[in-house]
Amino acid sequence: MYVAVKGGEVAIDAAHRLLARARRGDGTVAEVSLAQIEGQLSLAADRVMGEASLYDRTLAALAIKQARGDLVEAIFLLRAYRTTLPRLAASEPVDTGTMRIRRRISAAFKDLPGGQVLGPTFDYTHRLLDFALAAEGGAPAGEATPEAPDPVAPCPRVAGFLNKEGLIEPAAAPEPGAVPDITRAPLDYPADRRTRLQALARGDEGYLLALAYSTQRGYANNHPFAGEIRTGKVDVEIVPEELGFPVCIGEIDLTECEMINQFVGGPDRPAQFTRGYGLAFGEQERKSMAMALVDRALRADELGEPRTAPAQDEEFVLAHCDNVEASGFVQHLKLPHYVDFQSELDVIRRIRAAAASKREAAE
Amino acid sequence: MIQGYNFAYLDEQTKRMIRRAILKAVAIPGYQVPFGSREMPLPYGWGTGGIQVTAAVVGSDDTLKVIDQGADDTTNAVSIRRFFAKTAGVATTERTVDATIIQTRHRIPETKLREGQIVVFQVPIPEPLRWLEPRETETRRMHAHAEYAVMSVKLYEDIARHGRIATGYDYPVKVAGRYLMRPSPIPKFDNPKLDRSPALMLFGAGREKRIYAVPPHTEVKSLDFEDHPFEIERWDKTCALCGAADSFLDEVIVDDAGGRMHVCSDTDYCAERRRQGHGPAAVPAPVEDAAQ
Repeated sequence: MYVAVKGGEVAIDAAHRLLARARRGDGTVAEVSLAQIEGQLSLAADRVMGEASLYDRTLAALAIKQARGDLVEAIFLLRAYRTTLPRLAASEPVDTGTMRIRRRISAAFKDLPGGQVLGPTFDYTHRLLDFALAAEGGAPAGEATPEAPDPVAPCPRVAGFLNKEGLIEPAAAPEPGAVPDITRAPLDYPADRRTRLQALARGDEGYLLALAYSTQRGYANNHPFAGEIRTGKVDVEIVPEELGFPVCIGEIDLTECEMINQFVGGPDRPAQFTRGYGLAFGEQERKSMAMALVDRALRADELGEPRTAPAQDEEFVLAHCDNVEASGFVQHLKLPHYVDFQSELDVIRRIRAAAASKREAAE
Repeated sequence: MIQGYNFAYLDEQTKRMIRRAILKAVAIPGYQVPFGSREMPLPYGWGTGGIQVTAAVVGSDDTLKVIDQGADDTTNAVSIRRFFAKTAGVATTERTVDATIIQTRHRIPETKLREGQIVVFQVPIPEPLRWLEPRETETRRMHAHAEYAVMSVKLYEDIARHGRIATGYDYPVKVAGRYLMRPSPIPKFDNPKLDRSPALMLFGAGREKRIYAVPPHTEVKSLDFEDHPFEIERWDKTCALCGAADSFLDEVIVDDAGGRMHVCSDTDYCAERRRQGHGPAAVPAPVEDAAQ
């Protein structure tokens, strides 16, 4: 006799015990600590903080540990926690011009005030597995290199130089009114640019990377130059109601990318370069560059360009950029659908039976 | 009950926001109300919309039933029922007649619903026109103008191609003569239960951030044509356990040769009938401890 899928509760509990054991791995190997994840898998923590929209390195490390290193799962964990937190204040816009820079490069100018600062980058490493790293317990690699230099003094932005000549469109003026919060109010189309940027900032890195790449391959090419990429620390300020002036509540690491894109202009407007903008928590250079390309592509309507490619389609880009939403919905196909499937069986059997009887009648 | 979280998990401000959306939805039957859907500790696509609606309407004196595919013991139903047992400490039940709130995925119970009961549907895609027009900007305009001809064309094309309307579940309905609505992926077998039901029907789509409703005693009409009237699934079998001939049957493969048996998808309905001595698997009534 068939027994319906009983025992769901027992099975779930057992599955979760197995998960806990699988997460711990081989018990004879030391457990990974949050400090190790924070310190040695810091780029993973940066991505989780960015796409979860919560700047807390320790909680990001905890989420990564709990998620067995599955970063999308870790982002989900951190977001589900974030949603329970009260919103105490909205910060003043951060001033990335005063960033305490650890890395700053421009692909548009050979040299510029503040200079090119490589900082800790994978660029120009030859991607050869370093087997010395496999021998754990060796001297930290840092000992063989010079002390980390003092942060570079604040240096002016590249776009500022072009701006003086009127060669690039000015940065968009801050839009009036409270900053929208897409985690509190549903996104409405068409979205304004700040809402769009907010969605892109927490959008999936892989998705944005692919879309950005598609623009480079001709699906809405926007002729980009990496005008400037800078990584470092900025102050976060809020204006408490009872004080009425800004106070610094801490500093965060950011990566900012300003793309310089091909110009617009016409009979009544001198040609000007246009901008695409990317910003991400921590060191997320690939993410911020991809974001800047997609931001620029999404400005098609505003700049009077024909919309022909996926990356220019706001509803397509924004409705699908969230990996927690996407992951949940794709994976919900694992849930039982046997009632719906039974309905489909009923429909398809009836269609086939009707066709068969028609054939018989014809013969 | 779990410590450190508000009753039913969501904070009171969020619940108020959701209740406002529900009130608007009840006032405009079938209209999709955008709401500030929260990120829940369960995945999108797994009932986050239904969970938020339930969290907004549940009170400490409610009795909650959660079903998935008609069954109380499917894994996701178990998980959601536990979530509310843990965060709200409310009584739970598997019996339709005892429940004040029934959260469901893909079914409406066979047992007739009564006034005062609330059914909360989990909705994956709330927009009935979505597979005909992917753009939200466009579908909102179409609803505003009640421009639904495209759906009739789709159903007509089904008939032209297959000889019949080829939609088995999530079969489109018109609510109170105005809004086209997705009833969520329930089999069309359940569509007639929506029509003038004495219970309040609430639909929550978390990922898509929409809530809609069918108030009690509201007309819900499944789309059809005069010469191709709406019809529901039929089986030439009865339930192999309780003998029911009037319930939605799941087909189960029982052996390597592909042998089948048919059983009620609604486990409570089936168990109740067996308790009453019906069918091949009739059982003497056990003392059920419904509460978790």
